[in-house]
Amino acid sequence: MKLFRTIAVATGLLLAFAEARAAQTNVAVAANFTDAAKEIAAIFKQKTGHEAVLSFGASGQFYTQITQGAPFQVFLSADDSRPKKLVEDGLATADSRFTYAIGKLVLWSKSPGLVTGEETLKAASFAKLSICNPAAAPYGLAAVETMKSLNLYDALKPKLVEGATITQAYQFVETGNAEIGFVALSQLTGSEAGSRWVVPQALYSPIRQDAVLLKTGAGNQAASAFISFLRGPEARAIIEKYGYMLDGQS
Amino acid sequence: MEIWSAEIRQSVLLTIELAAISTAILLVLATPLAWWLAHAKGWWTEIIASVIALPLVLPPTVLGFYLLVLLGPDGPGGWIARLWGERTLAFTFEGLVIGSVVYSMPFVVQPIRNAFTAIGERPLEVAATLRASPTRTFWTVAVPLARPGFLTGAVLGFAHTVGEFGLVLMIGGNIPDRTKVLSVAIFDYVETSRWREASMLAGLMVVFAFAVILTMTLVDKRAARAAA
Repeated sequence: MKLFRTIAVATGLLLAFAEARAAQTNVAVAANFTDAAKEIAAIFKQKTGHEAVLSFGASGQFYTQITQGAPFQVFLSADDSRPKKLVEDGLATADSRFTYAIGKLVLWSKSPGLVTGEETLKAASFAKLSICNPAAAPYGLAAVETMKSLNLYDALKPKLVEGATITQAYQFVETGNAEIGFVALSQLTGSEAGSRWVVPQALYSPIRQDAVLLKTGAGNQAASAFISFLRGPEARAIIEKYGYMLDGQS
Repeated sequence: MEIWSAEIRQSVLLTIELAAISTAILLVLATPLAWWLAHAKGWWTEIIASVIALPLVLPPTVLGFYLLVLLGPDGPGGWIARLWGERTLAFTFEGLVIGSVVYSMPFVVQPIRNAFTAIGERPLEVAATLRASPTRTFWTVAVPLARPGFLTGAVLGFAHTVGEFGLVLMIGGNIPDRTKVLSVAIFDYVETSRWREASMLAGLMVVFAFAVILTMTLVDKRAARAAA
């Protein structure tokens, strides 16, 4: 065990020297983008040698933390209003802001056949509907908009349970504590299990997910490299693979 | 005052209700448990005591994880919930009560156990020689003598339930009037940059915590003086 550790530490040191020129950046990532961001960061490291250290959470939570000086250099939000606000607050650089993905909302259940379409919401034959906090997470807001467009919000309100992030909203359905929930399409990639309804775009305002370089990352090579990598073809392919739309495609 | 909104009032009342009900249940469960721990002699006594004390050390996320699974539709919580036609005890007030009782148990058992131990065997033996039945001895001798322990346990159990956060965040689902307690409401306000509400509730909690600690100190002091 001890020998193994010594080798591991030595290898780590060697790698650190080998990559002495490579930099590191801390990236705040909206929870719905978790899996895609991990995949992008891995390839980013392969291609550039830079390391993107990822933190996941609700966009609103990150916004608050960034205004209080959180040590992030890049922010991948789940909406466009919070990055815009950060630019206005003078905490992010205006010309770095762009839409890296357009999110898709899905109504999902672990039980096959339970979710068939909007009639599932009308029938409401479930006890708990999981969403994420609409005030802090854009997918929660989109879920509320959808229910309001269908004139079902007041009827469904007593059945709503809220997760702090979209990951928690997903987890409530995953553990079976809620039969059904509004999640991000990206969370369901790679699995056909259960039943789902991809909510038509007409029912909610597009979830334009903006990335922005924060002022704290102005001199950080890795931070600006990550932002440009996110615009590149490799990242875009991954983003599409996870079910997002790209800007200019819709 | 406008800031004292229905939303805030609701979470304050809910928190008090949760803490009061949990404390009542805790006292009922902790009293026989503490009595037994104070008098049992077996080697397993300290093992049981350690199990009860686990929440002191465990991260709330560990309890939250277990409870989410246990309260869920595939766990015992789900079986119980089915009795009245629900699927899960998570996201319910009852679920939070269960969580709080587990989480705050050591804070109630410990002071009561200590108080029972401090009485010693002598007063109980004297009562027995006066032909008092064990039940009568318990109610007329042990309980009155252990009063400071009960008071400390009740105050700590109540306060600790008010202060619980991680557990509620994981099993609560943030439902107004059912699971959105004070600590979660504060988290929510901070997350959404509503500083005014957050600072008001946070201030309230500071005052509350101060009052609790001051009360505890005074109770301890009085008990010490009474014993001297």
